[in-house]
Amino acid sequence: MSATPGHLARLDYAVLQQCMHCGMCLPTCPTYDATKLERHGPRGRISLMRALADGELQLTKAFGEEMYYCLGCLACMSACPAGVNYAEMFEAARADIEAAGLLDNPKRNFVRWFTVKFIFTRPRLLRLLGRCLYLYQALGLQTLFRKLRLTVLLPQSLRELEPLTPTVRRHFSDALIREVETPAQRRYRVGLLTGCVQDLIYSEINRDTADVLLAHDCEVYTPRLQHCCGSLHAHNGELELARRMARENIIAIEKSAGSLEALDAIITNAGGCGSHLKHYDHLLHDDPAFAGRAAAWSRKLKDVHEWLAEIGLRPPPMAVAPQRVTYHESCHLCHGQKISHAPREVLRAIGGLELVELPESNWCCGSAGIYNITQPEMAGKLLARKLRHLEGTQAPIVASANPGCSVQLEAGLRQARRPVRVVHPVSLLAEAFRRAHPKSARPPAASTRQPSPSA
Amino acid sequence: MTISTEALNKLRSIVGQENVLTQPEDVIPYAFDGTAAIKQPAGCVVFPQATRQVAEIIKLANASQIPVVTRGSGTGLSGGSVPVAEGIVLCLVKMDRVLDLDQKNLTLLVEAGVVTQNVADLAATAGLLYPPDPGSMKISTIGGNVAENSGGLRGLKYGVTRDYVMGLEVVLANGKVVWLGSKCVKDVAGYSMKDVFIGSEGTLGVITKVLLKLVPQPAAKRTLLATFARMDAAAETVSAIIAARIIPCTLEFLDRITIQCVEDFAHIGLPLDAEALLLMETDGHPAVVEDEARRMEQIAREHGAASVTLAQSAQEAARLATARRSAFSALARVAPTTILEDATVPRSELARMIRFIQEVGERHGLRIGTFGHMGDGNLHPTFLTDECNHEEMERVERAMKEIFDFAIQLGGTITGEHGIGLAKKAFLPGAIGEGSLDLMRQLKRAWDPDNLLNPGKIFDR
Ligand SMILES: Cc1cc2nc3c(=O)[nH]c(=O)nc-3n(C[C@H](O)[C@H](O)[C@H](O)COP(=O)(O)OP(=O)(O)OC[C@H]3O[C@@H](n4cnc5c(N)ncnc54)[C@H](O)[C@@H]3O)c2cc1C
Ligand code: SF4
Ligand code: SF4
Repeated sequence: MSATPGHLARLDYAVLQQCMHCGMCLPTCPTYDATKLERHGPRGRISLMRALADGELQLTKAFGEEMYYCLGCLACMSACPAGVNYAEMFEAARADIEAAGLLDNPKRNFVRWFTVKFIFTRPRLLRLLGRCLYLYQALGLQTLFRKLRLTVLLPQSLRELEPLTPTVRRHFSDALIREVETPAQRRYRVGLLTGCVQDLIYSEINRDTADVLLAHDCEVYTPRLQHCCGSLHAHNGELELARRMARENIIAIEKSAGSLEALDAIITNAGGCGSHLKHYDHLLHDDPAFAGRAAAWSRKLKDVHEWLAEIGLRPPPMAVAPQRVTYHESCHLCHGQKISHAPREVLRAIGGLELVELPESNWCCGSAGIYNITQPEMAGKLLARKLRHLEGTQAPIVASANPGCSVQLEAGLRQARRPVRVVHPVSLLAEAFRRAHPKSARPPAASTRQPSPSA
Repeated sequence: MTISTEALNKLRSIVGQENVLTQPEDVIPYAFDGTAAIKQPAGCVVFPQATRQVAEIIKLANASQIPVVTRGSGTGLSGGSVPVAEGIVLCLVKMDRVLDLDQKNLTLLVEAGVVTQNVADLAATAGLLYPPDPGSMKISTIGGNVAENSGGLRGLKYGVTRDYVMGLEVVLANGKVVWLGSKCVKDVAGYSMKDVFIGSEGTLGVITKVLLKLVPQPAAKRTLLATFARMDAAAETVSAIIAARIIPCTLEFLDRITIQCVEDFAHIGLPLDAEALLLMETDGHPAVVEDEARRMEQIAREHGAASVTLAQSAQEAARLATARRSAFSALARVAPTTILEDATVPRSELARMIRFIQEVGERHGLRIGTFGHMGDGNLHPTFLTDECNHEEMERVERAMKEIFDFAIQLGGTITGEHGIGLAKKAFLPGAIGEGSLDLMRQLKRAWDPDNLLNPGKIFDR
C-alpha cells in the first residue's frame, strides 16, 4: 500500500515547513469544527503531509481518505498568519494519492474516469451531454420520474444526488454571446471565460457578465469553444490533465483576441474557476512553450467583481424594486482570491437593494467541487448550517458567485421548500442596467444572432 | 514501553471507542504544540467528556504508571502540551460546555475545554467583558489559559488570567476531584490553593472547570497611533503617560523591523524610517476617555512623536489597530521558522532592553523583530530563522541566552506569559534562584509522587 510520495517530496520543502503549527486556522476549518480532531484540521493535515515528505509516514489509505475529507475550501489560508500555501500542498498530496492508486475501487475508478478524465476534458461532448439532460428535463421526464417516485429505483448514492441535478439551460453561452461584442465607446478589451458547468446550467450569467462589461465600455472576446478551467482536475489529483486544460484555454483566448497582449484583462465570473485560473503561471512554470504566456495570463486574469472595482463600478441609473438581498461568499472567491468586498459593492451599487449580512457568510456551503458527491454526510451538515443562517436573514434573494455554490443552495432551498432566489451579483447588476436601458443594454435575442447551439 | 492493549481497552471503556486515538494518522497531528522545532509523537490521544472520566483516566494512569500530558488546543509557545513518549495525551477540547452565567455575581462557570473567544462572546452578549485577550484566543482553551496564566493586550489596565479566576475544579494526580475557590470576592479561608494551579502548566493537576470573574463593559474607547524617529522618544512617551496618571488599556509597541514587515504586508502607509510605533487605547467613561485621549496625543507630541493620529471613528480605530494586529502575521511569513519569545522587564527598562535585543541581533547576524506590550514590559522578540539551518539555529540559541540573561539583570523575567514548558527549562534556575525552584520541586513531589502529570515540563525532578 505504499509508494514514494513524488509530488509532495518534490515540493519546495519551505512550503511544508512554513506552517508553525500555531493553530490559528483551526476555528475556521469546517471539518475541524465538526469533529474537534486535529487530523481533520489544516494543522493536522499539514503535519501528515510533512511526515510523508520526511519519510515518517507511508502513503496509506487513511491518509488518502483524510485528504479527500478536506473540503479544499481554503478557509485555513485566510486565517493563517504565516501565509502557508495549503492549496499547493493539498493538490500535491491528492496527486500522490491518485498516482499510488490508494483509494482505487471499481465504482470510484469509473466515476473518476467518466467525470475528471473523460467528460470534463471534452467540451463538445460535455455540451452534448448537457443537451441530452436538457431534453430529459424539458420534456418533463424528470418531473415524471420524480412524481412516480421512480427515483427509488436508483442506487442509494445516485438517489441522494438526483435532487442536486441542476436545470440545464436551453441555450449555452456560445448561443447567447457573439465571439466579439463591441460597446458604443471602447475603453478596454477583455476576454470572457464561460466555464464548463456554468456554460450548461447558468449560461445566462455569462450573458449578464458580457452585458455588464459592455456597460462598462469593455469590448468582450468570448471564444466559442472553451475547456474546463482544470480546477476539477487539479483538486482531484490529475495535475497533468489540469495542465492540458490550461494550455487549451490559453490558446483559445489567444486565437480569439489575436494575442494575450491585446487584452487588458481576462474575466472569469465563477469563484472556483477564478481561484485556479489565476495560478496557470505556477501550473505551467516548467513548460518552456507556455511559461511566459501563462505568466501573462495570470497577470491579466480578473474576477469580474474585482475588474469592475478596478475600472470604476458604474451604478445603474435606475433603482430596482426594493428588496432584501444577502450574500453568500464562494470559498474560492473569498479565501482563494481574497475578494470579499467587491461583490458586496456590486450589490450596494444597485439602488433599491438592501444588503443584509449573512452570518458566517464565508463558511463553506458543502458544495466544494464534487465534495457533495463524494462526502454527502459532511456536505449535508454544512448545507443545513448555511440554510439556517439564510433563513435568519429573511432575504428573498441570495447572491452568490460560483456555480457549485448556486447548485448546492438551490437544491437545499428546493428540498426545504423555501422560495428563495439564488442569483449571481452580476446578474442583478445586469437586470438593473436593463431596467434603465430596456433596449440598448439588452442583446438581440439569441436565436436571431446565432445558429442554434453547436450540440 | 508502549501502552498495553489492556490499558487502551480500559481507556476505551471509560470514554468510548471513538475517543481513543492510536493510529499514526490520528496521533501524528498531536506531536507538537505552537512551539517551533519540538516534536514527540504520543502513545495515544484520549478525549474525555466529563470530569468523572478524567478522574478515571488519571486513576488508570496511576495503576499502570503511564504519564499524562494534558492538552487544550495546543497553541502553547513553550512546548507545554508536547507529548511524552508512550504517554497519554489527555485532550480537553470536547469538554466545552458553558455551565452557568451568573449575572447577579458577574461570574461565568465553564468547562476547561471552552475556547477563550466563546467566553469573551458570551460575556459580551450580557453586556460584560472578559478582559484577558491572548493573541490566540480564537482557539486557545480557557483551561490552557489558566494553566499558562496567559496575558494579552490589556494587561496593564486589566491584569492577566489569574486576576479573573475565582474558582477551579481540579483532578489531582491521585484521581481525586477537588473544588478550589468560590464566588466570593473576598475569601481567605486557608491557603489560596487555586492560585497554585494557575500557571502550573499541567504538572500538578488537570483543570476541568473554571469559575471566571467578569466586569462591566467600558462605555467608550479611543484609539491613537504614534510613530517615533527615535526609540527613546517612544519610551519617554510611555513613561510620561503613566506619570500623568493615565492607565491606557492598550499600549502596544512595534520596532523598526516589525514596522517594515507590517508595511510590506499590509500597506498601511507607515513611515519605514521610524524606530518605533505606539498603538494606544483608553477605555472607560466617555468624558474621561475623551480627556485622556487628548492628553495622550499631547504628551506624544511633546516627546517628539513624528506623527500622531487620533481615530475619529470606529472604522478608523480598526484601521490603526491593524498595524499592531498584523505584526505577528507580517513577521511570521518572512522566514520558514518563527520563534516568538516573551522576555519581560520592568517598564522603566524597556528602552534599554529593546536596544539590547537589536544589538544582539546585529552581532549574531540574525533577524529579530520586536513588538510587544509596552505598558506591562512584556516584549516579543521574534526570531525569523530556519530550523533546517543548524548553524543559524545555534546562533539563535546563543542570542536567546544573552537576551534572557540581560532581562534578568534588569530585574525582569525570561517569560511574561508563555510559560517554561520544555523550551525554557534550561533558563529557569538562573531566573528564579535555587530557593524558589526547590520549593516548586517539593510541591511537585508531594502532589505527584510518581511524576505522572506532564513529567519533564518546567523542571526535571
Ligand atoms: C499566535 C499565538 C498567539 C499567542 N498569544 C498569546 C498571548 O497574547 N498571551 C499569552 O499569554 N499567550 C499567547 N499564546 C500562547 C498560548 O496560546 C497560550 O499559552 C494559551 O493559553 C494556550 O492554550 P491552549 O488551550 O492552546 O493550551 P495548550 O497549548 O494545549 O497547553 C498549554 C499548557 O497548559 C496545560 N494545560 C492545558 N489545558 C489544561 C487543563 N485543562 N488543565 C491543566 N493543564 C492544562 C498543558 O499541559 C500545557 O502545559 C499565543 C500563541 C499563539 C500560537
Ligand atoms: S481547505 Fe477547508 S476543510 Fe481543508 S483544511 Fe483548509 S479549512 Fe479545513
Ligand atoms: S496553517 Fe498557518 S494557521 Fe494553521 S497552524 Fe500552520 S501556520 Fe498556523
